[in-house]
Amino acid sequence: MIVNTEAPRPVVRARRRTRTDANRSLISRADLRRPGLRLSVRAIQGTLLALVAIAGIGPLWWLFKGSFSGTQELLQNPAALWPSTTQWDNIANAWTQLDIGHYLLNTVVYAVGAAGVQVIVAVTAGFALSVLRPRFGRVVYGAILATLFIPGTVSLVALYLTIINVPGLNINIANTPWAIWLPAGAHAFNVLIAKQFFDTLPRELFEAASVDGASPFRMLLQIAMPLSRPMMFAIGLLSLMGAWKDFLWPLVAMSDPAKQPLSVALPRLAENADQALVLAGMLISTIPPLIVFIIFQRQIVQGVGFSGLKG
Amino acid sequence: MTTSNDLVVEATAAASTTGSGPHDDGRVLEPRARRRLKHPGRWRRDLSALVLLLPALLLFGVFSWWPILRSLLLSVQYNNLVDAPTWVGLDNFANVFSDPILLTAVRNTLEFGALSVLFGFPIPLFLAIMMFELRRLGGIFRVLVYIPVIIPPVVSVLLWKFFYDPDNGLFNAALGAIGLGPFPWLQSTATALPSLVLLILWAGVGSTVLLFLAALSGVSPELYEAAETDGASIWQRIWHVTLPQLRGIMLILLLLQMIGTLQIFTEPYVMTDGGPENSTVTVLLLIYRAAFINGDFGYATALSVLLAAALAILSAIYLRLTRAWSTS
Repeated sequence: MIVNTEAPRPVVRARRRTRTDANRSLISRADLRRPGLRLSVRAIQGTLLALVAIAGIGPLWWLFKGSFSGTQELLQNPAALWPSTTQWDNIANAWTQLDIGHYLLNTVVYAVGAAGVQVIVAVTAGFALSVLRPRFGRVVYGAILATLFIPGTVSLVALYLTIINVPGLNINIANTPWAIWLPAGAHAFNVLIAKQFFDTLPRELFEAASVDGASPFRMLLQIAMPLSRPMMFAIGLLSLMGAWKDFLWPLVAMSDPAKQPLSVALPRLAENADQALVLAGMLISTIPPLIVFIIFQRQIVQGVGFSGLKG
Repeated sequence: MTTSNDLVVEATAAASTTGSGPHDDGRVLEPRARRRLKHPGRWRRDLSALVLLLPALLLFGVFSWWPILRSLLLSVQYNNLVDAPTWVGLDNFANVFSDPILLTAVRNTLEFGALSVLFGFPIPLFLAIMMFELRRLGGIFRVLVYIPVIIPPVVSVLLWKFFYDPDNGLFNAALGAIGLGPFPWLQSTATALPSLVLLILWAGVGSTVLLFLAALSGVSPELYEAAETDGASIWQRIWHVTLPQLRGIMLILLLLQMIGTLQIFTEPYVMTDGGPENSTVTVLLLIYRAAFINGDFGYATALSVLLAAALAILSAIYLRLTRAWSTS
């Protein structure tokens, strides 16, 4: 879907350049020459941009200023743009008093591990299904894709009963990182992306390697993986962001407060902790994904087909 | 597809020589056997593929396929995790259907869906159509509109809980300044659900707008050119050119929205816990409560199976549409 919406663009663009008013879309240059219309179009656009800016930055700013406010002032004057007395030590206090640093570490450990497992599963399975094409490949791929039809939320209860008594091992992995890492690997969309990516690599590459006596594992490590760095990076980043945001599964799998990630700990802390410190904790939880967004905003905004599809 | 023929040839070659061992160097090789030595990879390759698929097979098996099957199993069992589970037929489903709160949850879900479509559809569409015309500021707009999507959902929900506070919240303070309110927001059965929808819309508008923008870049300028030459006004161009061209993505987003609506959990769980008076209870919240608060796994999985059926139908339609849309 992503590839197909992007692919025809250059062709269209090339054709556009040959015309005079060819860079047009809905509204043409001739339209804009009419002053009344130009004014109203610009007015609508300006208003919308202002509204979107308020809706986008406003809450983020409130979170930011709230993290440095006193709870009293926060409640008495919620519309203030900046507190009269700035409490810079809220962040440090949240870190020590609410143990935010501990929950943040949990979040990092779970998210990084989950992303790692997802990349490993996607690359190995995608390579096996796309390049090696075993006889049972069709069945396996079908069974993996079939899980796309059933979102994880509906097998939540059965998955919980599975992790408290893992079949074959008879151990309870609830309240351990494995409870987050291992189920994360069973993510059909990643396998789909990896397989489709390997499908685009020229088959001759692997056939030549095979004739030269390279084993499938060497083909994976020395040919496929170096070529698929962008794909692995995309899967890893999306998995990382997804695991960072996750709430329902860690809520179920991590009943021990000490093992909870930030997303699960914050609502629990919000019940009775100092509200300004909770806001500081919320800010801490928001900063890493915000930094990732600032660094990769072009890729994220352009490749949004991903996020739309993942949901 | 071109290689599937080779595969068949290789497979038959391999199958027909399984009788003779691989190490019988002494004998003169039959043409078929020689071919097999030339392509010794078939079995080895299947074996390597199996090894490489092992992580996926294990994880999907234990954490996806088995829980899905087990949901079906649990839904017809009585299970309290202590005694051996007993077969109870459709009793769990009967319990679900005779529970009056199910009707409330379904009605709430429909209301969530209706409000999301009513507002969550035209607003991003209008935004995308107007903002696609922006040249220089387009990049800034895309970043701004996507910021709420970046904020972790739990943080958004907690933040809006602050905003919605009837006495000390930002919204009543701001609206009070222009003489409106105070509104009860989450405290009243009439406004709690719409308040949650407002938050969900805010959090999701960004990705919808970007998907619409991507689709808009696929609309050929020639169509607008032709419409303008025929004297179509801007509104007529939107109605007769833009909207028909976006039909595919609109259907897909509609289905995605329905799939998402059926699974609303975090917002009511954190903000209202389903209240006041069950006015924001959702199906997933009922499943969570049944399993993890009441310990009634039969009820919870029976409801899950019903939800899965609804979702599977919607997902199947969705996948069929995306395939049709991406190949067209």
